[in-house]
Amino acid sequence: MNYPLHLAILVLLWGYIYTSWSLMGRLGLVSFGHGAFMGIGAYTVVMLWNSYSLSPWIGAFVALALSAMVAVVIGYPCFRFRIVGHYFALVTLALSEVARLIITAARDTTGGSLGATPVTALHQGNTMAFGALQFAGKEIWLVIVFAFWLLGLWVWRMVDRSMGRLALQAISEEEEAAASIGIHVTRAKLRITIISALMTCVGGILYAQYQLYVNPDTVSGIAISLQMVFGVIAGGMFVMLGPTVGAAFTLLLAEGLRLAFGNRYPALDTTIYGVMLVLFIIYMPKGILGAALDAFRRKPQSAP
Amino acid sequence: MSDVFDIFLLEAVLNGLLLGGLLALLSLGLNLIFGVIDVVWICYAELIMCGMYCVYYLHVQYHWPLLLAMLAAIGVVAFLGYVLHQFVIRPVLSAEPINQLLVTGGVLFFLQAAATLAFGIEFRNLGVALPSVQLGEMSFSGARLVAFGVALGGVIGLYFLLTRTYLGTAIRAISQDRSIMPLMGVDPAKIFALTSAIGGGLAGLAACLLVLQYDVHPAIGLSFGPITFLICVLGGLGNMLGGFIAAFIFAQFIAVGGFFFAVEWGYVIAFIFFIAVMFWRPRGIFGK
Repeated sequence: MNYPLHLAILVLLWGYIYTSWSLMGRLGLVSFGHGAFMGIGAYTVVMLWNSYSLSPWIGAFVALALSAMVAVVIGYPCFRFRIVGHYFALVTLALSEVARLIITAARDTTGGSLGATPVTALHQGNTMAFGALQFAGKEIWLVIVFAFWLLGLWVWRMVDRSMGRLALQAISEEEEAAASIGIHVTRAKLRITIISALMTCVGGILYAQYQLYVNPDTVSGIAISLQMVFGVIAGGMFVMLGPTVGAAFTLLLAEGLRLAFGNRYPALDTTIYGVMLVLFIIYMPKGILGAALDAFRRKPQSAP
Repeated sequence: MSDVFDIFLLEAVLNGLLLGGLLALLSLGLNLIFGVIDVVWICYAELIMCGMYCVYYLHVQYHWPLLLAMLAAIGVVAFLGYVLHQFVIRPVLSAEPINQLLVTGGVLFFLQAAATLAFGIEFRNLGVALPSVQLGEMSFSGARLVAFGVALGGVIGLYFLLTRTYLGTAIRAISQDRSIMPLMGVDPAKIFALTSAIGGGLAGLAACLLVLQYDVHPAIGLSFGPITFLICVLGGLGNMLGGFIAAFIFAQFIAVGGFFFAVEWGYVIAFIFFIAVMFWRPRGIFGK
């Protein structure tokens, strides 16, 4: 029973993180820097707990404050000076590498590329340490990530129905024109960036506390940032459940191939995934769910 | 005491200069492709990895002479560049620009995973060690000196190709105005394909030099890729001279920063410098 539960938790957790990324991505802000926010979340909490025995509940606030600060420091000048498209993607790429390199370089406290484990609070057969945010049981994690996943969808919905979304959509189509009709471009972009960064940071915290292990290469850096971008593209970034479908698809593909071939071909899933991504972007830019919904909608119309 | 300090600092600066030559060569092909086709190959460093594996296998497994193996690798990667353009970039040329960036990201995943599948995750060493060069109390890696020389040669060669040949003139013309050139009897599709092959060839050349200094493994692209993009952006995407200068600036940050702190901090400083410059000149130092 543990294994399907584990899969469900991962799908919901990544679904939540991908949803957070898409809040920006679908409005034309393709960020390669979300690995940095995830890394800040995961490492701040674990390091504060290990070094100062500070509860993750308090650490989370520090991490969120740090993420918001980084989002503003990077986001404000980017939006103010109209850094868009390729350039925005590459500036944020530098950000995620900075996060990874700082974590690796500060190896005396963080353990460098070997990663780190939060000091366990589960003594003497305790299965729950609420203050330390450590739970041995998977059921409780399922409840937690499910709640956050719902929260992510709720934020998506709220953003979707807000004036801000219309403003951002206008901006993503024609920035100058949007500014000329009185949209405050910098403020609109910055707001969504902070929301997205904070949500991703929470994702990092949950990931670290669930896995009880952090590693600079799996929570920050270019690899994880690309994973987010492509997970969303596979699922479809313009529909609410698209990012979750992307998370489920990538995970099930990897697990399915692992069950079919064992560990004989270690990178077979990513190889197939890479080919599929290329095909998706060329032939199905709306992703799996987007294309499925289109096909579903088209049918009733074609009937006489 | 201060004498010793200075000579090591000088060594770091000179080593940074040599690293700059290598980085300049790395950014050259990417810049050429961006300038002409207006596409960023996110998977550029993975093409370099393919070239490195090619040299390794031809030389170590099939006992080809090293230079022949390197020439073959350049040819193979040039062909890969051509294939990448024809089968991956061409279908999305008219799509949104960000899709062109993302589609090569898919290729990055594919190449990295395919290399893991085919060659395993072991670090492979070519086993060719060039002697290091002593200059006073400083020592320099021979491989880096060779790389620096070849990089300069590559830059000059590309300059002459672009300014002295019909093909080069056509390439420069098309990068200035994409819509007029077909009317002048130049076929953009052909020029794009050729440029991709040249860009791939430059990646192959970079691979030949990298394989002398570093072990090959499937994730090596991730350690060179980001820095190559940042150099191109810093110099102004598509501006080859800008990229060339930016490579040397970046290399100094890494070498001297690594001299005072640890190597990673050199990179951290360089990347933060990059972000800061972007806010000062969003189109790169030498961008329009």
